[in-house]
Formats: sequence, structure tokens, C-alpha cells
Amino acid sequence: MQLIFEKSVPERKGFQVPKSDVSITTTIPDAYIRKTDCLWPEVSELDVVRHFTRLSNLNYSLDANFYPLGSCTMKYNPKFTEKAASIKGFANLHPLLPQLDGSLVQGALEVLYEMDRLLSEITGMDDFTMQPLAGAHGELTGVMLIAAYHRAKSNKKKYIIVPDSAHGTNPASAAIAGYDIVSVATDKNGVLSLKDLKEKITDELAGVMLTSPNTLGIFNSDIDKIADLVHQVDGLMYYDGANLNALLGRARPGDLGFDVVHVNLHKTFATPHGGGGPGSGPVGVKKNLTKFLPISRVVKRNDHTYALDYDYPDSIGYVAPFYGNFSVILKAYAYILMLGKEGLCETSDHAVLNANYIMARLKKYYDLPFDRTCMHECVFSASRQEKKGVHAIDIAKFLIDKNFHPPTVYFPLIVKEAIMIEPTETESKQEMDQFIEAMIESAQLAESNSEEFKNFPQTTPISRPDEVKAAKDIACNYFLDK
Amino acid sequence: MSSFVANTKNEVQEMLKVIGAKSIDDLFLDIHSRHQPKSFNIPNGLSEFEVLERIRSIASKNDARLVSFLGAGFYDHYVPEAVSALTSRAEFYTAYTPYQPESSQGILQALYEYQSMIATLTNMDVVNASLYDGGTALYEAMMMAIRINGRKKILMDGGVSPIYRKIIRSYTSNFDIEFKEMPVVHGRADREAIKNILDDKTSAIILQNPNFFGAIDDHSDIIKEAHSRGILVIESVYPISLGILKTPGEMDADIVTGEGQSLGLSLNFGGPYLGFIATKRKYVRKMPGRIVGQTEDKYGQRCFVNTLQAREQHIRREKATSNICTNVALCAVQAAIFMSLLGKQGLKDLAQLNFEKAEFARKTLGEIKGVEVKRSSPTFNEFVVCLPKKAKDVVEEMIKKGFASGFPLAKYYPEMENYLLVAVTEKRTKDEIVSFAKNLEGVLCS
Repeated sequence: MQLIFEKSVPERKGFQVPKSDVSITTTIPDAYIRKTDCLWPEVSELDVVRHFTRLSNLNYSLDANFYPLGSCTMKYNPKFTEKAASIKGFANLHPLLPQLDGSLVQGALEVLYEMDRLLSEITGMDDFTMQPLAGAHGELTGVMLIAAYHRAKSNKKKYIIVPDSAHGTNPASAAIAGYDIVSVATDKNGVLSLKDLKEKITDELAGVMLTSPNTLGIFNSDIDKIADLVHQVDGLMYYDGANLNALLGRARPGDLGFDVVHVNLHKTFATPHGGGGPGSGPVGVKKNLTKFLPISRVVKRNDHTYALDYDYPDSIGYVAPFYGNFSVILKAYAYILMLGKEGLCETSDHAVLNANYIMARLKKYYDLPFDRTCMHECVFSASRQEKKGVHAIDIAKFLIDKNFHPPTVYFPLIVKEAIMIEPTETESKQEMDQFIEAMIESAQLAESNSEEFKNFPQTTPISRPDEVKAAKDIACNYFLDK
Repeated sequence: MSSFVANTKNEVQEMLKVIGAKSIDDLFLDIHSRHQPKSFNIPNGLSEFEVLERIRSIASKNDARLVSFLGAGFYDHYVPEAVSALTSRAEFYTAYTPYQPESSQGILQALYEYQSMIATLTNMDVVNASLYDGGTALYEAMMMAIRINGRKKILMDGGVSPIYRKIIRSYTSNFDIEFKEMPVVHGRADREAIKNILDDKTSAIILQNPNFFGAIDDHSDIIKEAHSRGILVIESVYPISLGILKTPGEMDADIVTGEGQSLGLSLNFGGPYLGFIATKRKYVRKMPGRIVGQTEDKYGQRCFVNTLQAREQHIRREKATSNICTNVALCAVQAAIFMSLLGKQGLKDLAQLNFEKAEFARKTLGEIKGVEVKRSSPTFNEFVVCLPKKAKDVVEEMIKKGFASGFPLAKYYPEMENYLLVAVTEKRTKDEIVSFAKNLEGVLCS
């Protein structure tokens, strides 16, 4: 499709800037004025509307297609939360208003405070910060809290343990916070190897980052034992909340021995992910870490009013300019209010049921590296198909032509040719059955005519981009590339 | 059964039969009884109508009706209706990160266009597909500079947003980085002091234009001096001002960051916002975050993909230069739509209008007895006034009269008790400005 710049016609306008109603005599001295024009396109409003509407039509979205991306938890985003976020009393609120007078933003502070309480109860933690702007940002904040804890106790800690099945952001976050990373293997049951873990725990261990269920979709029954081992050397347990959707009402990280957790509001609490963000990654802690949480913190006074409190001398400081991605938090708040206790419990029940249903129906056709009850996602391997020359990515491209967004492929890294499927609770049996049929068809085609896979996808506007060329001859700016 | 679960009782039974389980509870046997939640005290669910009524009632506790002269890096600009109409298309907002390019050409192309528009706005070569906000973008820029020249000392000008300076300090508390903060003299960067302090250990100088006090500057001389010593210069900018102001590219800055909220995003009580980062072509491989690149598909057609992913978290993991996974793609698309609507001339007009309104306000406020406009260099749409009383008290009085009159600087600069930072956007009418001045005069006289 043409680029917006290629549709540009000199002097065409897409927006009328208001006429000035003031007259002034001052001008900016020439030395401070830009010499070269900014080359934003010259297009009409309708040009813009058509351009971006057509672009939107080139996207697969959850509203139109099943999106079983493992670990990404692409559940349906209810429409009413968009309405909630667009209410003027919130959308137009300047983040510095509380610096003028806290009484101006009581509603916004109430939302932040209530979410702190709700998430604390859901996860079994004592206090939350809403500041982190995404899941990985929450991880970084969490590891910074762990570092602050050890610094305050003058603990000499050097490294963080991360399982080999972890999300790639875990080791990256820990490294960015200043720690060395030690990897621990997965055992034959698909969980963290206790033996390997024990060998790697020393007095220099700062903490362990785990997601539970892990990226194989398996809940570790020894989780509390692991926490005990780690706590014995004064290490802290970090819970990566990416897979929390499986546990609502069934188990709480706080009760399992975790000290720090982050939750991805855009996953478990159904806020739209916008093609890659914004997200929101609030972080919760146990009481002994509360004093390190970022500032500001929202407090409720005795007269039931809310205020921002900056008086935490041990705080790690600011991790975001203000109070987090407020409108995302607001959507999650509305979502939790609607679901309530029963709805949240039902969420996990059906997310887990759906994943097990897909696993049960597909295990005849694809290798299952860990054949046991899964939680909200199941991980297959396309190793059987690979022998015929068909890779996980080929199956993904085949599914695109069947109108499904493919599952996560090549993750977790410990499974060869991994295909990770997460249906979530919002998909119907009928929709899943169609997906299962497509997966079966794919397996059968791999047996009978593997050559044909190289042609998929055929129904999309483009097919099989040359990614090597993209990385080699970087072209990311139209004005340099044309 | 909530309306977000489709399975009926019969279907649940059918599925359990396929699985070979008796009940849903059987699927949770890995969670032992000792793992049960100690409590789960969540209120009962509500209907959609009830939730929205509740949210509206909470919203009414905010005072969003004030006529606003509050800026300090976050501005009350008008957002054309077409922006939200297009970004609220579910095809954009209910998609995930474009891991499958064939299914995601829409968002990928929009992000490529966004990158190109920020590049021409700043006069830089390459831009990434967004970072969380202007503050985290500035932190990432600083880390990028350290990666480029391997030095560990950072010079931050006092005119850089104190909010951003605090973020940078928090993030680097576990690292061995030496910071030097330069005091601000009469608004503009103190170039003599900066030049005198530069040494071979300095990695980068962080500057802001217009700075936190609204003063505009041409940093070319500082940049030239820095480059002669192998030091990089990072500029934090306010995108709307670049409609008329000399660009960081024209000054030869190395890395440019900024807050994209003013490019079509609502204030939203602090987020989501949009951090942008731009740099010279030679540093593209050192730039963090996602980048959308142009390439060809197997038929030779132009198409777009996420590129340079290898240096991200996916592959090198503990050696990753950034843990960015989620960015703010939808906010970048929103900005791309805003920038397309505005166009080349619209941007100039908007910047000029902001400047004119602010100049009018500056002149009008300057005529009030006891009010002193603090300005040793030109300003864009924000300026500092010194009041005969504590700014905080004046602000409180002005709220009663319906105005958010600006940001009292004492919050970050304790010695500036009487100083107020006033911002004026295109949304403020002449009448509002005149009325603001009259009320301020009244408050100061009382």
C-alpha cells in the first residue's frame, strides 16, 4: 500500500488551525528558527481517514480473529472499558494538578487507591505501586526493589536466578538492574529442576524470578519449597505475573512465598494491547518491602479523602513521571468491578479448561514434550512435522490463511520447534474447534505434501518478508530510504 | 456465568469428556490444598450499566473544568476528532505486537510512517517505534550514549525537566555512573560553566530545548565543543515547538528524545504517553527498543517488519541492551494520525499560534503591578513569572476563581518560592487570558 507521504499534494490540508485572536509585535530571533521544513504529508482529512482505515484493515485483531498467542493472553477486551476511559473527568486531567491542590483529583486518586487494594487482595500482597508502564517495566521495578532491600541490609548479593524457560525480559530486566544472571534448567516434568536450583543457591543470591504457571503452562507444585530454600539465604522471590490468568481465586503468589509480583493489566485484566502497547505492569510487595516502593504513593486519610504521599526516604524514587498508565489502570478497574469475585474465578477455570481441551484434541497430531495437565496454555513441538521439512513457522503461516492469528512459535526456547497455544476463557468451543481443525489439517498436509507449506500465506497482501535484508540494509525512515 | 465466558454447562461437560477429567477442579490438582488462597475478598460483580455509573460518579470527584495554564512538559492541546475515531478502530487497538508481519502490515506501516515523521520533525536519521514516555526515553538515550563511547560521566543541565532527572537517578542507582548537574542561570544553559567542566571521562551532556522554564536556545556551540572531546549531546525536546524552532538535527545533536503527548494524546492523568528517541544513522544499532524496517517480500513487494530484534530480549537475554517488550505502539499510531492531519503547514501554524498566545499572555501578565516576567532569552509557549507572594498560595486562590494558573516552581526549586511557570496553548482564547490576568491581579491585590 502507498505510504501517506506518497499521497501528499502540496498545499492540501487535513486540519484547520484556529485563527489567532491576539496580536503581538515580538518575533523569535532568526538564530533560533528552523531552517529546513518539516516534511509532514500534505493531505486532506478524508485522505487521512481512508489511509489509516485501510491500514487498519491490513491488521489481524482480536475482535475479528482468534488470537491464541501463548503467554500474551489475548482475551476479549470488553467495549465498556473504553467508554470508562474516555469520560472527560479522567481523560483531560493534567497529571500535575495534585501539585496545585490534591482536592482537584480525588476521583483519580480513588481509582489508584482502590486498584492497589484490589490487586493486593487478588495476589496476596500487602501493597502495590501502579507506576510501572508495562510488564517488563514492572520486572525492572521489582528487581530494583530487591536491590534496595539488599542494600538496606548491607547484603552482598550478586546474582539473580532465572529458569531457562523464563520470558526473555526476565534476564534482561535483572541485568539492567545491575545483577548477574544464573540460569536454572527445567527437569523432565517441565518444572524448575530442584537439584540444579539447590546447586546454584549461595549467599550471593539476590532473588529468583519465576512465572507460575511457567511458560510450558505448568504449575510447579514445589513452589513453596523453592521459596523456603531461597529465603534461607535471604534471597527474594519475584513473581512474573504474565501467566496470572490461570490462578485467579485458585492460588495467590503472596501465599506461595513470593515477595514481589508484577501483573500485566493488559493480559489478566483485559485491557486492549494496541498492537504492542500501551500496557501497564503494577508491582506488589510484601510489607517488608513497602518502604522501598516508588514515590508517589496514594494514601487514604482518616477523613476518607486521598492524598499523594512522597515521604518515603527509602523509596527507590520515580520509575515513571507520574502514577502509571492511568487510563489503562482505569479500564482494568472497570473490568474487575464488572467481573467481581465470581467472574474472576470463572476466568481461570475456563481459561484452563479451554487450554486442556485444545491440548487433548491435538496431542495425536503434534508432539507434546510435557504430557500432563496444563494450565491456561499448552506447548506442542512441531518436531514430527520438522522431519518432513515443515517448521513451526510454516504451520503459523498456514494458519494465517485459515484466518487465525498463529500461536506463539519458537517459545519457550527450551522446546524445539515450539508452538504455544493460549485460548483464554473468552473463546467459544465452536471457535476453538475450527482452530483445532485447521491445526489437524496442517499436520495432515505436512505428512502428505510438505512442499506446499513454502507457499503460505497466500491470502495476505504480502508474504514472507525478507527479514535478513531488513536487518542488513536498515531502512526505517522514508526520507532517507526513498 | 459472566458474559465474557462462552462455555455452557453442556459444553463444559463435552470438553471435560474429551480431556478425560471429571470436573474443572480436576485440572487444578497441581495446586495443593496448602496453596489455597488465604483470602479472596473481592466484591461481587456488577452490570455494565452499574460499573459505568460508578466510574462517572468517581470522575465527578475530579475538577476537570479549570481553565488551564498548567504545562511543565505536558500540554493541553486540542486533539482533532479524527484522531480518536481512527485509533479507536478495533483492528488497531485489539491487536498484539506484530510478531507475524503478514497479519500486521497495517500497524507496521503506520509505525514506519510515525518513525519517518518524527525523523523529519527532529531532523534526525532514525527513530524507533516508541518508548514508554519522554522520561524513560531520556534514560534510554543516556544508556545508549554510555554504550557508544564507553564513558561513565553524565552532565545534566538544570534546565532539563526535574521529573526526568529524578527518573534517571532512580534507574541508575545500582550503577557506577557519575552525574553532574549544572545550575540554571536566568533560564538558558550556562555554556561557559558547561564547557569548563567537560573532560575526557564525560560520556554525554543532556540538554532540553525549550528548557523546563520555557527558554529557547541554540545549543550548536555546546555541541561543537562536546564533539571535539568525543562527548555526545542528548537533546530532550517539545515536539510542537519544532514547528518553528531550530531543530536538534540542525544543531548536530546526537540523540534526541521527547514526550509525544502533545502529538494528539490526551493528558490522561499521566499516561499512557509516548516517548520518542531519534539518532544519527551511525548509531542505529545502539538504539534501544523496537524498530520497524522496510524490506521486500518473496514477490519483491515493499513491506515492513520489526527489525534488529536480535539485540532485544528475545535472543541474547542477559546481554540484552534493553528489556523493552511492550512499547506504546497505539500511541505512536495516534501521533502518526495527528501529524498527518496537521501536515507541514499545520505544524508551523500551530507552533506560531502557541507562540503568539503565550507572548500575549506574557505581555498581559507583565503589566500587572508586582508581577515580573523572568526572561533573559526568548520563550516558546511557556514562561516564568515572579509574583509578589508565594506562588503556591496564589495558585490556591486562583483555583477558587476557576483557573489552573501554572506550576509553582518551588516544588522542584526550593529557592523559587514566588515563581510560577505559565503555559499557554492554542486552546486558550484571548478572553481567557485577559480574564486570567484580571483575576490574578485581584488575587495579588487582596
